[in-house]
Amino acid sequence: MPMSPTNPPLLTRKELDAQLGGAARAWLDEALAEAEHSAAHQDTEQPGGPYAAPSWELRYAAAGRYCGLEHADSVRALLLIEARAALPALTRLYEQGTAAERHAVLLTLHRLDLGPTALPLVEDALRTNDTRLVAAAVGPYGAAHLDPHNWRHAILKCLFTGVPVDAVDGLARRARGDAELARMLGDFAAERIAAGRSVPTDLTRVLELTTPGAAAPTEES
Amino acid sequence: MRIFDPHIHMTSRTTDDYQAMYDAGVRALVEPSFWLGQPRTSPASFFDYFDALLGWEPFRAAQYGIAHHCTLALNPKEANDPRCVPVLDALPRYLVKDSVVAVGEIGYDSMTPAEDTALAAQLQLAADHELPALVHTPHRDKLAGLHRTLDVIRESHLSPERVLLDHLNETTVKDALDSGCWAGFSIYPDTKMDEDRMIAILRIHGTERILVNSAADWGRSDPLKTRKVGDAMLAAGFGDDDVDQVLWRNPVAFYGQSGRLQLGVAAPDPLHEGNSILRGGE
Ligand SMILES: [Zn+2]
Repeated sequence: MPMSPTNPPLLTRKELDAQLGGAARAWLDEALAEAEHSAAHQDTEQPGGPYAAPSWELRYAAAGRYCGLEHADSVRALLLIEARAALPALTRLYEQGTAAERHAVLLTLHRLDLGPTALPLVEDALRTNDTRLVAAAVGPYGAAHLDPHNWRHAILKCLFTGVPVDAVDGLARRARGDAELARMLGDFAAERIAAGRSVPTDLTRVLELTTPGAAAPTEES
Repeated sequence: MRIFDPHIHMTSRTTDDYQAMYDAGVRALVEPSFWLGQPRTSPASFFDYFDALLGWEPFRAAQYGIAHHCTLALNPKEANDPRCVPVLDALPRYLVKDSVVAVGEIGYDSMTPAEDTALAAQLQLAADHELPALVHTPHRDKLAGLHRTLDVIRESHLSPERVLLDHLNETTVKDALDSGCWAGFSIYPDTKMDEDRMIAILRIHGTERILVNSAADWGRSDPLKTRKVGDAMLAAGFGDDDVDQVLWRNPVAFYGQSGRLQLGVAAPDPLHEGNSILRGGE
């Protein structure tokens, strides 16, 4: 997983097939077939014992070693989608996952049919200080489902931890006319100035976006 | 001098330590899971610890330009506590993680039947997951402990070149090396081994299959002991290549058997004000 706390675009199956070598492609085929099988038998097949994992979940963990670490997010996202991962499996993969595995869960939530039910995972990520997880938590799923209070705190968290606000999905749309966010940003700026410290340029940028008549973004993210 | 500390417990150390280690030449380390000083009471406590070794701790290390890997296991001491033993059933799920480069620390503490069972079971887990094993040798009754450890390894499916025997000293080094295992030495401020004794061992036994670590943890210990051994080696007339073999190439060769070492770590972020290790509130 890249250390940079922004989220590079995920590759489609087609794009991956074009980039992977033969052995990796074969591994991916098998992994996706296992995930699909698991999706088809979701009600009937339970893993045995409290700690047992379906085979596709073990593949989820190993994806980077077979398909390249640079493709791990893309492969994991495909597995989640192919398995039509439901909340219990997602929660298990997130809670028992490495930072990289959690990252891939967060990046994929908006592509699964979950409604707001996966918000606890996003809220967990926002409580961490791992900038990669914070950046992934403010992606499309967080933008769609975080309530105003938690969303504003997520913005502040980005500013505090140095996550570029470019990682925040739908920033302009959600910030526009948000007087409470403007107040919080103003207070934060005042605190920095009182301490003799500089105000992050991203803060100024978000503050400008909060004005009610702020120009509509040319490209709604 | 590039340094790989093959055994250090960073969850117990500060960011000052990370900075000092980087400045001393440490670019990679392995953090074995072990006893926390305070006994655990349930598998869940292990899971939180494993998660830290797979999540937060590598993140901290990367901010100081150090590649962080770990070894996971039920440690010998807690193998005796029935409340903790079920963690063995959950290990397969964790041993598939990218940054897990061995099963460990396993081995003997008091040489009980429960420790026999946990050691044999975890050597098998290592074989099943194509991972090497980091085997701690006991502090008390060390030579007898080493022999019993070697017996269990011989009965396992893991070949000796995939085993690192750790915390060795003058009385155990010969048998350890003769077994075909790798030999690890923990250099402590006042127990186990010191730099001068380490030099004497290197003079007698050479630099092959020998690893040196700080084993720094929550007790009195020094995360810069690896560097101090390197300096002592040079002062004693060893060459740069000998130092590089002991402090870098040997640990890379041993843990590299996992196929999972990732030694290229991005240079530390220029995040200063925003550095989230500053608690995200400064
Ligand atoms: Zn240790």
